Amino acid sequence: MSTPYAKLPAWADYGLIPVINLAVAFLVAGFVVLLVGENPFRAAVVLVEGAFGRGQGIAFTLFYATTFIFSGLSVAVAAHCGLFNIGGEGQGYIAGLGIGIVCLAFDSVLPWWLTFPLAIVAAAAMGALWALIPAYLQARRGSHIVITTIMFNFIAASVMVYALVGFLKPPISMAPQTRTFLEGAQLPKLNWVIELFGAKIRSAPFNVSFLLALAMAFLVWVLIWRTRLGYEMRTYGHSSKAARYAGISETRIIIVAMMISGALAGMMALNPTMGDQHNVALEFVSGAGFVGIAVALMGRLHPVGIVLAAILFGMLYQGGAELAFEMPAISRDMIVIIQGLVILFAGALEHMFRPYVQALFASLSPRSVGIEAIKGKGA
Amino acid sequence: MAQAAIELIGINKSFGAVRANRDINLEIARGTIHGIVGENGAGKSTLMSILYGFYQADSGEIRVGGQPASIKSPNDAIALGIGMVHQHFMLVDNFTVLENVILGAESDALLKKSIAKARSELERLEREYGLEVDPDAIIEELPVGLQQRVEILKALYRGAEILILDEPTGVLTPAEADHLFRILRQLKEQGKTIVLITHKLREIMAITDTVSVMRQGTMVATRETTKTTVGELAELMVGRRVLLRVEKGEAEAVGVKLAVRNLTVKDSRGVTMVDNVSFDVRAGEIVGIAGVAGNGQSEMLEAISGIRRAVSGSVMLDGKPIDLTGAADPGELRDRGLAHVPEDRHHVGLVLAFEENENSILGYHDDPRYVKGPFLDIDAIRDDARDKISKYDIRPADCRLKTANFSGGNQQKIVLAREMEQDPGVLIVGQPTRGVDVGAIEFIHKRLIAMRDQGKAVLVVSVELDEIRSLSDRILVMFAGRIVGERGPEATEGELGLLMAGVEHREAAE
Ligand SMILES: Nc1ncnc2c1ncn2[C@@H]1O[C@H](COP(=O)(O)OP(=O)(O)OP(=O)(O)O)[C@@H](O)[C@H]1O
Ligand SMILES: [Mg+2]
Repeated sequence: MSTPYAKLPAWADYGLIPVINLAVAFLVAGFVVLLVGENPFRAAVVLVEGAFGRGQGIAFTLFYATTFIFSGLSVAVAAHCGLFNIGGEGQGYIAGLGIGIVCLAFDSVLPWWLTFPLAIVAAAAMGALWALIPAYLQARRGSHIVITTIMFNFIAASVMVYALVGFLKPPISMAPQTRTFLEGAQLPKLNWVIELFGAKIRSAPFNVSFLLALAMAFLVWVLIWRTRLGYEMRTYGHSSKAARYAGISETRIIIVAMMISGALAGMMALNPTMGDQHNVALEFVSGAGFVGIAVALMGRLHPVGIVLAAILFGMLYQGGAELAFEMPAISRDMIVIIQGLVILFAGALEHMFRPYVQALFASLSPRSVGIEAIKGKGA
Repeated sequence: MAQAAIELIGINKSFGAVRANRDINLEIARGTIHGIVGENGAGKSTLMSILYGFYQADSGEIRVGGQPASIKSPNDAIALGIGMVHQHFMLVDNFTVLENVILGAESDALLKKSIAKARSELERLEREYGLEVDPDAIIEELPVGLQQRVEILKALYRGAEILILDEPTGVLTPAEADHLFRILRQLKEQGKTIVLITHKLREIMAITDTVSVMRQGTMVATRETTKTTVGELAELMVGRRVLLRVEKGEAEAVGVKLAVRNLTVKDSRGVTMVDNVSFDVRAGEIVGIAGVAGNGQSEMLEAISGIRRAVSGSVMLDGKPIDLTGAADPGELRDRGLAHVPEDRHHVGLVLAFEENENSILGYHDDPRYVKGPFLDIDAIRDDARDKISKYDIRPADCRLKTANFSGGNQQKIVLAREMEQDPGVLIVGQPTRGVDVGAIEFIHKRLIAMRDQGKAVLVVSVELDEIRSLSDRILVMFAGRIVGERGPEATEGELGLLMAGVEHREAAE
């Protein structure tokens, strides 16, 4: 007996099930909207139009998605190695320190296209470093990585408060944030790309770090499925005994995977700082690290799925903001509930409808449930 | 003939392109022991999984006790009085026997009440069928033979009248297997019906009333056991005559290739499992380690291959020493030409979630043949996997198929192909033919002997005495962590059996 239940064809596995999960999430969200006395259909229209209706909305959706792609990839890389990195929030936050130092030092002397690579390296290095300590503790001392990465989120928050009220802040200022970066540390916008399609955009923070996110998604795919390191990570992720047999060092693979994961989490800090606010401020990550967990789960740990899931969550953020504005009865907190429902059904309850879909497939066309499914897997 | 307990009529089941079962008809009489044999991948487990509700047949009918039955899940099967003991146990390791037995069959909201009820019921079952197990023992502390008894008890506790056992003796020692058979006979006397899948034709002859043979998804024959022979069954399974004992010439052993020195290994609880063992394997010979399972063979293999840290000891590979106590690394040993087929292919030798071709490089994923710089050379890996698939007749011949979807015997071949094809100087093999059909046993034995004849040093550990005797040029017997004797291949079963039981050893010690 190998697997008790047969596999679904790829299109059902990667297409149908997420769609069902989403539909149910929106159905339940619709009831919530009904409860507060608003029309759920109009709310849905406002949400989708807010996110995709005008060029402005699309740009914001993609801006939010950029951050989520980084954080989703970060979770996925660790997960392929069997590690649950929920420290993306802290790793991203602490990366702001590196970015701040680089930008303050070079924004007056270098053009953005030189500052940006330096900032990428600084962000990745800080994120990786912040993941290194929990990784080391897990590999050498067996301290559980879930606990230590959470603790490191708190430590990162304290360190950042210290830095932002201290040496990162201009001496005369009262606000706990860096001075505004000069042009040499401001990332160019990508809004013109959307405008090519005829849309009009007043101002939106959609910027070149989106391209970096897409490049990272591709690199993560290469890493996981096309490199020796990725092979070792997946082996360890599936079976530590098999990894030991194959001569893969447990300490090394845990540390390397966590550092890559941390580096990706660190890079998510580029988008809100250099791309949008042009400073490093308190709490600038604002939960994006945790959203990454839902994005990674919903994207089935595959970079393509992660990019799509990140765009979905970007839409919820942007459309949700629009919704709160248009329908006063729906507050900001309601939006969080809706987002929570999507996370619940698409992430946590990912397998809820699977058995039913499988039973349905088995009874409709038993032949389709089999090897083809596995062959079709985009690895 | 007695009334049929189970009738399968025209069962078909495909997995994509693989037709695992085609037009199967089978009738199993109540109160009998019915054997099913067939090559690896013939579809035996699939057929039983259909009966137990794990899979749905594409077409066909199942009747239980003469009534058409619709079995959509294991729960339906249990309700119809069908129980199954799986090839791989499904027990919660850190639960007690009692907790495992009632798991999922708790009768009251309060666990305490269920447990009290279950305890008396369990004691009744144990008495009735001679299935003694301590209800309060923790599963992981029990030997496999007893774990299996717990599986049987679980099925009986749920009211099973029909018991399916899928390769139950694969993991058992001969003595444990004998005990299992006594239990099965007793169950039969009480009117239970038993379906037994096994690759060991000897067991079929010893215990079944009727036997059915499957080949490539079809049911090719059903015989009364008394009216058939091992030879006939083997031929029906494979479709040709099978050598049950492979011919081999004299060994031409030369210099020592692998020398194990003063090896001592303790398990996680600190119990000494291997006690100061030293031996040599020369180039061009097969050395077999015989012994009842649990006498340190597994730990010894793990230590020699670098998976488990030894307390003391070293190996010499081609005269170069490697310390096994420090940071011995399986990768380093592999680089020095030591290939290892582990006993536990499911958790150690394979990653079941990987595609077949990914498993065919496990441990060799740094080999220049399979990589381009930091990248995997996917084309080279897949070509290489396809080569091995055809050379070792691994079925289905699809290197992109998930390894978990290969049948047990074919999974074993995937590991063997990987390790043998690396052309290692030393090959150590744990349970080379566990779960493998007669045709494949012949094939594997021939390949092991071919390796020997090419001048490799081969070390084989097996709990199958027959296998050790037909393969080995020298036999070392292990008992309680020590090597207690060395014999030639001409040693009799009785002689080895006594050594394995530690008899001579004890006398010598006195
Ligand atoms: N879930 C699955 N998906 C795809 N193919 C499968 C699946 N399960 C079994 N198969 C294929 O069906 C065929 C029959 O497999 P099955 O496990 O029934 O063989 P078996 O007779 O029990 O073999 P063994 O003696 O090796 O255990 C094999 O070719 C196997 O690869
Ligand atoms: Mg089987």
